[in-house]
Amino acid sequence: MSTTDQTQTTAEKAKAPRMSRYTSEKKAGKSNQGLHTKKSIILTIVMGALLIYSLLPLFWLFVNSTKTQAELLNSFGLWFSGDFALWDNIVATLTYNDGVFVRWFGNTVLYVVVGAGGATFLAALGGYGLAKFNFPGKKAVFAVVLGAVAIPGTALAVPTFLMFSQMGLTNTPWAVILPSLISPFGLYLIWTYAMDAVPTEVLEAARMDGSGEFRTFFTISLKLLAPGLVTVLLFTLVATWNNYFLPLIMLSEPTWYPLTVGLKQWNMQAQTVGGDVIYNLVITGSLLTIVPIVVAFLFLQRYWQSGLAAGSVKA
Amino acid sequence: MTTLSTLPPSGQTRSSQAQPRPRKPHVQKRDWTGWKFVGPFMIVFALVLIAPVLYSIYLSFFKDQLVGGNSFVGFENYGQALTDPKFWESMGRVTLFFVVQVPIMLGIALFAALAIDSARLHLSSFFRIAIFLPYAVPAVVATLMWGFMYGTKFGLVGNLNEFFSIAIPNPLGNTWVLAAIGNIVTWEFIGYNMILFYAALRVIPTDLYEAASLDGAGAFRIIRSIKMPALRPAIVIGGIFSVIGSFQLFNEPSILQSLAPNTISTYFSPNMYAYNLSFSGQQYNYSATIAIIVGLITAVIAYIVQNSGSRKEA
Repeated sequence: MSTTDQTQTTAEKAKAPRMSRYTSEKKAGKSNQGLHTKKSIILTIVMGALLIYSLLPLFWLFVNSTKTQAELLNSFGLWFSGDFALWDNIVATLTYNDGVFVRWFGNTVLYVVVGAGGATFLAALGGYGLAKFNFPGKKAVFAVVLGAVAIPGTALAVPTFLMFSQMGLTNTPWAVILPSLISPFGLYLIWTYAMDAVPTEVLEAARMDGSGEFRTFFTISLKLLAPGLVTVLLFTLVATWNNYFLPLIMLSEPTWYPLTVGLKQWNMQAQTVGGDVIYNLVITGSLLTIVPIVVAFLFLQRYWQSGLAAGSVKA
Repeated sequence: MTTLSTLPPSGQTRSSQAQPRPRKPHVQKRDWTGWKFVGPFMIVFALVLIAPVLYSIYLSFFKDQLVGGNSFVGFENYGQALTDPKFWESMGRVTLFFVVQVPIMLGIALFAALAIDSARLHLSSFFRIAIFLPYAVPAVVATLMWGFMYGTKFGLVGNLNEFFSIAIPNPLGNTWVLAAIGNIVTWEFIGYNMILFYAALRVIPTDLYEAASLDGAGAFRIIRSIKMPALRPAIVIGGIFSVIGSFQLFNEPSILQSLAPNTISTYFSPNMYAYNLSFSGQQYNYSATIAIIVGLITAVIAYIVQNSGSRKEA
C-alpha cells in the first residue's frame, strides 16, 4: 500500500464515472432509438408542411413590409413586387406622428426590463425561500400561489383596473409594471430547480463561516440558480414584450403605450373612414416589433428547453 | 486496497450525513428567515392578485344605480348573469372553441414532438426552433398578419380567389370566423406545446428504448408503451393551460373586430363581454360578476382536466 497505489486507485475511480458519463452522452447524442436511426423522408415531408405553416405568416410579413402602400393592395401577397421599399417604410414608421413608434418602443423596453427583470428577481428570491427554508405559513403560501396559477390572468384584468383606478395608478407605467412583476409559474420553476441546484450542505457551510443569508444568496445561490433564472427570464420576457390586454385597459394616453397597443391603434385608424390609411406602417411596425424578441428568442431558446425539462421532471 | 479505495466516498457521505443532524432543531424552531425571501413576492402578489379578487367579489354584491346610488344587492348580479343570453352565448362559443381547437393543437404538437424526438427526421433541430418560433410573436402581430392574409380584397384569400377565379368563403364571415381565430391560436401555440412535450420525452432514460427493442418492440409500440405514459403529465399541463387560454379568449377576436366589425360582437367571448361592459357600458359591478363566474368555471374545468389526466395514470 504505497501512496502511489492510492493515487492510482483514486485516479481510476475518478476516471470511471467520467467514462460512463461519456458513453451515456454518446448514447443520448445518437439519440434515443439507437437501433433504427434511418431517416424517414416521408416524416420529413410531413413535418415540412408544418414548418411552412409556421413560417408562412412571417414570410408574408417580411415580403409585404418591402412594398409601398399602393403595391400592397395590388400585388400577390407572397412575393415581392414593385420597388423595394423596406427602408422607406422603416423610416416612415419611425418618423410617423413625430416618432411616436420610437416612444412606444422605449416604453416596451421599460416594461420589459423592469417588469420581466423584477418578476425574475422576485421569483428567484421567493422560489429559493420556499425550497431552502422552513417557516411558519409555508404551506399556506404554497396553496395560495398554486391556486393563483389556476386563476386566469385576464379574468383579473378588469377588477385590477377598477382597483388601480381607485388608487390613481391607471395611466401610469406602474399600472403595467406592477402586475407583470408576479409570475407564479416562474416561482414554481425556481422552487423545483433550487431544491437540487443549491445543495443544503453548501448553505450550511456558508452559515458556519458566518455569512448572512442574503450574502449567501447573492454570492453563491444565484450563480447556482442561473440556468433556472434564464428560463424564467425568457418566459417573463416574452410575456411582457407581448403583453396586450393589460396595457390596453390600463392606459388611455398613447404616450405610455407599448408597441402592441400602439400597433392595434394604428390598425384601427387605418380602418376608420377618413382615417390616414397606413397599412404599410402597420405591417412594417409589426416586423420591427417582432425582430428584437425573435432575436432574443433564437439566442436563448436552448436554455428555455432545459429549464422546462427540469420543471417537468418534478411535475 | 479495498478499504482505501472506498475511503474518499465514505468520507463524503459522512460529512453530508453529519450536517443534517444539527440542522434539525434549527428547522423545528420557529424560523422566520424564509419570509425575508418569500415576503417581497407575497407583498406584490397580494397587491396585484389577491386584492383584485377580493375587490371584484365585493363589487359583485353591489349595484350602482341612478336612483339610490351604490347599494348592496346580494346575489342579484349573479342571478342576472346566469340568465343572461349574451353571457351564455359567449360561453357556448368558447366551449365549442375549446372542444375543437385544443385537441387539434395538442394533437399536432404531440405528433411534432414525437417526430423530432424519433431521430428519423432530417435537420430536426431546425424544425424544432422554427416551429417554436411563432410563440415569440405577440398575439397582436399574429392576429394582424393572419387578419390581413384572410382579407378577401387584398389578402391572400383575395389573391387566390382572383387567380383561380373561385370564391373561397370569407374567413371573417359569420360561418368561419371562429375557425379563423382557432387557426391563429393554433399557429401561436403549437410550438410551445411541442417543446413542453419534447422536454418530457428527453428525460426518458435511453435504456428503456434499448430494452424494449431487444424485446422486439417496434417504434409504434415504444410510443404507446413508453413515450405516451411518460408524456401524460406534460399533456395534462398543456391541457390545463389550453383550457385557461380558451376560456380567456380575448386578444385575437378583439383585434379582428376592427377588420370584421359585423361578425365579431361585443360579447364574442366572455372576456370581451366583461371588457365591453366595463369600458363601453360603465357597468363595473356586472362586469366584475361576469369575470368571477368565468374564473370559477375555468378553474373547475382545469381541475377536471387535471383529475382525469391523473386518474388514467392510476
